[in-house]
Amino acid sequence: MSKKITLIAIITLFALTILYFTGAFNRDVVTAQRFVNLQQGDNAHEGFRRAHAKGICLAGSFESTGELAKYSQAKVFDLGATPFVGRFSIAGNNPTAPDLKAPVRSLAFSITTDDNQEWRVAMNTPPVMAVATPDAFFKQLQALSPDPVTKKRSPEKIKAFFAAHPESAAFNNWKASYTPTNSFATEQYHSINAFYLVDKNDEKHAVRWIAKPQLSDENIQPLNNDSPDALQLQLKDQVAQSSVKFDMLFSFATEEDDENNPTVLWPQSRKTINAGTLVISRLQAQEGGVCENMNFDPLVLPTGIEPSADPILRARGAAYAESFRRRAKEVLLNN
Amino acid sequence: MNTITKYSASSILIHWAMALIILSMLFLGLSMVQSLAVWQVEAIQLHKSFGVLALILVTIRLINKVLYKSPALPQSVPKAQALAAHLTQVGLYASMILMPISGWLMQSADERSVSFFGIFTLPNLVSKNIETYTFFREAHGLIAYAFLLFIFMHVSAALYHGLIKQDGVLGSMLPGKHK
Repeated sequence: MSKKITLIAIITLFALTILYFTGAFNRDVVTAQRFVNLQQGDNAHEGFRRAHAKGICLAGSFESTGELAKYSQAKVFDLGATPFVGRFSIAGNNPTAPDLKAPVRSLAFSITTDDNQEWRVAMNTPPVMAVATPDAFFKQLQALSPDPVTKKRSPEKIKAFFAAHPESAAFNNWKASYTPTNSFATEQYHSINAFYLVDKNDEKHAVRWIAKPQLSDENIQPLNNDSPDALQLQLKDQVAQSSVKFDMLFSFATEEDDENNPTVLWPQSRKTINAGTLVISRLQAQEGGVCENMNFDPLVLPTGIEPSADPILRARGAAYAESFRRRAKEVLLNN
Repeated sequence: MNTITKYSASSILIHWAMALIILSMLFLGLSMVQSLAVWQVEAIQLHKSFGVLALILVTIRLINKVLYKSPALPQSVPKAQALAAHLTQVGLYASMILMPISGWLMQSADERSVSFFGIFTLPNLVSKNIETYTFFREAHGLIAYAFLLFIFMHVSAALYHGLIKQDGVLGSMLPGKHK
């Protein structure tokens, strides 16, 4: 009799272990799935990204100055040009949202060097995160989400969230002083999270980078404020005139900087190196375009660049993968 | 007639080594697709490396299976149970082979590399394609659940034989001399 009980006990324990790992007892944990559920809202736009759904594909070349080569083994930083593909996008889950209503703009790209090493980059207009952990970020998105019934944001909820998260000071300061530019081509985009450059002696250097526009609003094609696709149309006119260029500026952390905390700005006085210029010379609609089916997971890195332990950066891979998985399945089933 | 009562030492070694790797891989895989924790990045690298190891081991195991005879089930096992055991075994072998291959293919289809502990990198099997990716990504997930089901049946049956029937079926896969 006792042997039967032993048998049942072991089998039950084993079954519970399996259920545990499938997430059956995971209801209160913020998972990649819950994150993407929140981002996509009640009505997912099938076949589109769950975040930054609206965008335009781009292509061009990265012209390296070679100045970063001594800090990183990655071949992309050797002197010379490497072609890349990428995407400008706006925040939000709606692929038809008006361009000028979005609070955040993004520049993503992917460069593969001839040694078959890929560097995927996803940059945004804010230089810092409001919070430092995926849990807090989840709560931030919850606070910012419109009420499901009234479809309106609750200012009290938003205020309460930021009051409870004083680490959001740098983000809120940036937000208060930020004025959107008249073009994707004149924004400054930030890596936000820190990464390590790994040199030939395996020494690590913590860096953040920005894509700094060479154009400014004074010398670009006019913007049609009435069009929902204002930024995309402006960009098309712009690229038809001349290629759009960004300097890739890398700033190096000192001992005073915590590379694992994305809520704090590093002082402007930090050593900065111009790694090269992104030259965007071609555009393509995202439907059917080269960037449509890409996943700009910033954790896909070449030898010579490594992720920091920043919890937000580390969480991006799983969340991007879940979003990519959902739209990939929809693309397969709808075709 | 097949009269051997024990698996060969090589079969026993590879069985338990793979049991350890497979269960760890399944549990890690299920965890890492949900978790937003910082260890996720390293977990994926380990998952890929151990996946390659599992693919190498299952190849060795199949060769081993041809070289060494396996003990038959005792005559006392009812026909229906023997059939269930056979089907579970087919399912286990199919999962062992399809799991790493579907993983390799899904990574290839998103142009992600699969490295074996940084020692070597597997070649890309297919060109980048979102539909190929999703086919193998979904297959990889579904096979994982089927695999867990087969393992659950396999473990339950082995314990039943070991604890209740005590007919030597469990002992045939345990190290040491047979009773």
